[in-house]
Amino acid sequence: MNKVLILVDSVVGQVAKSTGELATFGARLGSVTAVVFEPTLATQLNGLPIDDIVVVTGVDASKYSPAPVAEALAQLIAAKSATALLVTSSARGKEIAGMVAVISNSGLITDAIDVDADRITTQSVFGGGTTVHSAVSTPTAVITMRANSVEVTPGSNTPTQEEFAPTISESAKLAVVNSTEPAVKGGRPELTEASIVVSGGRGTNGDFKPVEALADILGAAVGASRAATDAGWYPHTHQVGQTGKTVSPQLYVACGISGAIQHRAGMQTSKLIVAVNKDPEAPIFELADFGVVGDLFNVLPVATAAITAKKA
Amino acid sequence: MSGQVLDRAGVDAVLNDLDEYAVEEALRIVEAHSPTKETGEGSGHTVTLISMGPERATEAIRKALSMGADNAIHISDDALAGSDALATSLVLANVISTEGFDLVICGTESTDARMSVVPAMLAQRLGWAALTFAGSVNVEPASSKVSIARSTEFGVENMSAAFPVVVSVNEKINEPRYPSFKGIMAAKKKTITTKSLSDLGIAASAVGASAAWSSVKDSLLRPARSSGIKVEDSGDGGNKLADFLAEKRVI
Repeated sequence: MNKVLILVDSVVGQVAKSTGELATFGARLGSVTAVVFEPTLATQLNGLPIDDIVVVTGVDASKYSPAPVAEALAQLIAAKSATALLVTSSARGKEIAGMVAVISNSGLITDAIDVDADRITTQSVFGGGTTVHSAVSTPTAVITMRANSVEVTPGSNTPTQEEFAPTISESAKLAVVNSTEPAVKGGRPELTEASIVVSGGRGTNGDFKPVEALADILGAAVGASRAATDAGWYPHTHQVGQTGKTVSPQLYVACGISGAIQHRAGMQTSKLIVAVNKDPEAPIFELADFGVVGDLFNVLPVATAAITAKKA
Repeated sequence: MSGQVLDRAGVDAVLNDLDEYAVEEALRIVEAHSPTKETGEGSGHTVTLISMGPERATEAIRKALSMGADNAIHISDDALAGSDALATSLVLANVISTEGFDLVICGTESTDARMSVVPAMLAQRLGWAALTFAGSVNVEPASSKVSIARSTEFGVENMSAAFPVVVSVNEKINEPRYPSFKGIMAAKKKTITTKSLSDLGIAASAVGASAAWSSVKDSLLRPARSSGIKVEDSGDGGNKLADFLAEKRVI
């Protein structure tokens, strides 16, 4: 029986959706302890397969990001004799995981899309072209899980709650956060967390309105190809691809994106892919489950209207 | 600013794109604090490349030297093959701590492994401050202070720390220069110091595939995605798209 710690992520004071996914994976391995650094998050964890909650006290996680979080987690691993730590595969999550692995002498697996009861992980590498199964040989496995890799299983437990006060070293406080500018939220879900992503590319010619309209009716996040972000048409934070973000949503809609290999590397593990492109030879059609050869400025508004009608 | 600026070049034979940004940023920092606006020489500040990789990594190192870096350390040892991020950070930390640098600049991730964790691990091992995912870097020599704008999915954090610091930079930070003919010629005369594991006093058993705490059980090629339905838009393409989504129960 594994003892699993999961790191609860938050977005502006709200528990991130990925937390439910970590709990679901954790419950396959054994008992799940959710670790929160903001006490207010502990009250939002009902209905998930979580056995107990540890509220870490005395760590100003927002002031010294992310080294003290890693130290606290490493100390909790020792205190609880945890056999696995699951963290979301965000930039910050992977860093924390890497630091914990160094402190606790633990094997590290990043970007896993699955994990079984024996701690065997599945990763999708080389832009989704190859599936790899790996095992960690150390007493504790530190694993970062890619968002949207599992359907959340509800839990009926009433988690017990305790506090933990770690000892934070001076070296973990060397890098100081002086101020933060939260990502501008347009009411749309976070790109890497969204279950639907609608992306625009060169074919938008800089006009993302039809892409955004379709995204909004689908409750989707908006992505962009490198061509579109390099042209300054959409913020770089929305770039999907090898040098941008990797997404793996239930549905990916590529609008006016040719489908260069660098873009495909960031989205080809999506469950369902739909493409709209004027060029019938565009490589994106090779991996699309459904493709429309046509001008996105004609196709998207019709699709948006039709979806609106279906939803009504 | 006294001392040196250090850079880690790619482990690939081709200078990894993301590491070119690190090389460029190191050169810009040194040039900004050199009276002659030339590279390191004469200013007291130097840019040293550190690369861990096979023999063929030399080509990548030469390219970075031709961009303007002063010298390079190439850690090459057959026993390093298959090293994971933990072992990579162990070796790099060993070299860095014995050479006495003030600033280490890394690319955010190697394009092949996508681990992106090496900079944070390196800082943890060295006991240095980690300023990672920087979209901009500002060095104030008078106060030995480094400030960055850390850019992640949660927004931007303005962070700072005093030397010594590990910085990782993203690909938005600058436009890497192309090596000039003069630079390419000069690079031929620059020193590349090759070090083996025994030079560093690291046991071969501590690194490489056999020491990795995670091991690959098996790997299989994912079946290629086959293309599905393709329709020509004649006014109703959008409706067909909506029908498809309804059929798949996405809406």
